[in-house]
Amino acid sequence: MLEFRKDLFADERDDNLNVIGKGEQRQDMLGHVTGRTRFFDDHGFGGLLHLKVVRSPHHHARIRSIDVSAAERAAGVKRVIRGQDVPLNKNTLLSLIGFGKDDEPTLAVDKVRYKGEPIVAIIADSDAEAMAAAKLVRVSYDPLPTVFDVQEALKPGAVVVNETYPGNYFEYHEKYDHQKLRFGDVEAAFRTADHVLEERYQMSPIEHASTETNGTIAAPETNNRYVVHSCAQGLFFSLGTTAKILALESNRLHFIGGTVGGGFGGKVDSLTEPLAVLGAILTGRPVRYVLGREEEMQFGSPRGAERHVIKDGVMRDGRIVARQITSYFDAGAYTRLTSYGVVKCVAHMPGPYTIPNVRGDAYCVFTNRVPATAMRGFGVTGVDFSIEVQMDKLAHLVGIDPMEFRILNAYRDGDMKAHRRVAHNTALIECVQVAAQKVNWPLSETARRASSLSGGGGPRAAIPPTVTDESGRIGRPETRQAPPQLAPGAAAPLPAYQSPPAVPIYQLPPAHQPGAPLPNHPSQPAAVAPPPAPIPPVPNPPATPQHGAARFSSVFTRRR
Amino acid sequence: MARMPVQFRLNGSDRAVFVEPAETLLGTIRRGLGDFAPKFGCGQGTCGVCTVLVDGEPRLGCLTLSVTCEGRSIETASGLADGPTLHPLQVAFMEHFAAQCGFCTPGMLMAAKALLDRNPDPTRVEVVEAIAGNICRCTGYEPIINAILAAAQQRGARRA
Repeated sequence: MLEFRKDLFADERDDNLNVIGKGEQRQDMLGHVTGRTRFFDDHGFGGLLHLKVVRSPHHHARIRSIDVSAAERAAGVKRVIRGQDVPLNKNTLLSLIGFGKDDEPTLAVDKVRYKGEPIVAIIADSDAEAMAAAKLVRVSYDPLPTVFDVQEALKPGAVVVNETYPGNYFEYHEKYDHQKLRFGDVEAAFRTADHVLEERYQMSPIEHASTETNGTIAAPETNNRYVVHSCAQGLFFSLGTTAKILALESNRLHFIGGTVGGGFGGKVDSLTEPLAVLGAILTGRPVRYVLGREEEMQFGSPRGAERHVIKDGVMRDGRIVARQITSYFDAGAYTRLTSYGVVKCVAHMPGPYTIPNVRGDAYCVFTNRVPATAMRGFGVTGVDFSIEVQMDKLAHLVGIDPMEFRILNAYRDGDMKAHRRVAHNTALIECVQVAAQKVNWPLSETARRASSLSGGGGPRAAIPPTVTDESGRIGRPETRQAPPQLAPGAAAPLPAYQSPPAVPIYQLPPAHQPGAPLPNHPSQPAAVAPPPAPIPPVPNPPATPQHGAARFSSVFTRRR
Repeated sequence: MARMPVQFRLNGSDRAVFVEPAETLLGTIRRGLGDFAPKFGCGQGTCGVCTVLVDGEPRLGCLTLSVTCEGRSIETASGLADGPTLHPLQVAFMEHFAAQCGFCTPGMLMAAKALLDRNPDPTRVEVVEAIAGNICRCTGYEPIINAILAAAQQRGARRA
């Protein structure tokens, strides 16, 4: 079922693959069991200073004044850092690949947007002295109204969380309020479907809770450089982010890391590196900035909450004819990586199923919660959970075994996906068959004989015309009555829709002959029976080439 | 406040150090004496990555005041091997893939050593109980339990 591409990197390959199936010792294991593995905090420095941060006790407040005079005079304090000391005090992580606008300060200056947001950093001889001095910082606030629900945040007139994005949504390509997927005509299909089922799924935020908290030790090195012992999961990503925020040439930063005490996505945000390096620059001494567990929970990003509303049209015989998914990702107060998670979510719709009519809309929404970030398949995990629970409900609705229901609707090689990409190397049918076998789940003869390699393509490879509204646009979802009100003096209203330039449509490669052995496949089992007839697709008018509504290859290139 | 002198044995060597009255044993071992094997995870006694042995008993380094350790014997994962020869627990952890990121491993090893020192032939339930205070967020508990049982078995075989 797998296709091995031995032509790729042929000159670099050693096909003497004799390691699988044998025990092989990891190179880092000896260090782990002897306690010699050095994590970022396991480095001793003479004259080490400790950095602690004053954080917002409010979810949303204007900062009226900050008084650090008492803290500066406190015992052991070497330096107090404020927002104006940070060379570029506004950043967004994916700016390194040209995606999104700078929206998050290293230290808040005029406003705090979530509880736990950093405002002032104190550097002292000891942790205890830094913490004691932090208590002497006087910040006076004017608390502001808050918004914690994604759909509330998108309503016109909602509290503006993050002025960089006055509509409370991330602006894709600097003009679109969400990511959109359109394939066929879901409304027409809902009208002809035997059943329509709409359900709402809500995920909670999840804290990674690595046993090692986020942290950094930065120290002046020779040649006017700084050595940085970092917990970062993406070391060079963190190096670039630190260089940008501190307006330093990146070759003045010597990052050491890669040994991470649990990451799971929670150590990609460069939460501590910029301040630790800035501290080392300003004091000329090694500076250690390590989050306590409470800070890790409050300031370290979680996997964000997601809400998915799924509406499906299904026929009595079990065929899903339409799927509409509206997704709201709670980014918290700043973008961090949620904008990217949303793209992944839309790329995953409508799940591993061939459905002739699909509509997807996904929003990256700002609220007064802790900013969210990556975690283990983020963007996909939540929508996948929702889709699979929905699949069980649909199977129950039409009275079909849930395993068979999945095999019936599974995508097959040669099928056209809603993103206008042809499905290759599909294996959902085989996965379900193996899972059923492992738990002795009875499958019908038809389901057991089904194969991802046959029955796909043909009419299932067609691209149906995409329904448009009277102005020729592919339309806003009905969950949004009107575009959110922009703050006075903020960004201009959305410009009129311009047709993107035509892109070449992917051409189907020569179809694989069902039953013929795959190239280089060692043990393709002989087909036990002729492949089943293709599942009849919903009749569609002849396909006309259309642009992809969402071109994911272009997501990380600024379109203007 | 005035610093106070403290003397204790660390992995068999006599050490003397000045500590703050409120300083934790974890802080003294790591930043005062340069043994970075025990880790900081929560500072609240909930995760167990700071586990060390004080007179053979497992203790949470982050909740133990250094001044209470005067004259005691402290063991960390750094002292587990006998020179170049690994302790049976270390060998078993390596063979059973009982570490993923490795951050909980030093504490896990010390909790396991305390168990095997007082109960050389533990049941599976007793092993689970002994490491109940040690969190492995990579969730590798099964290989860890198997490694501890294997180490006990191997020590038993050597004694027989």
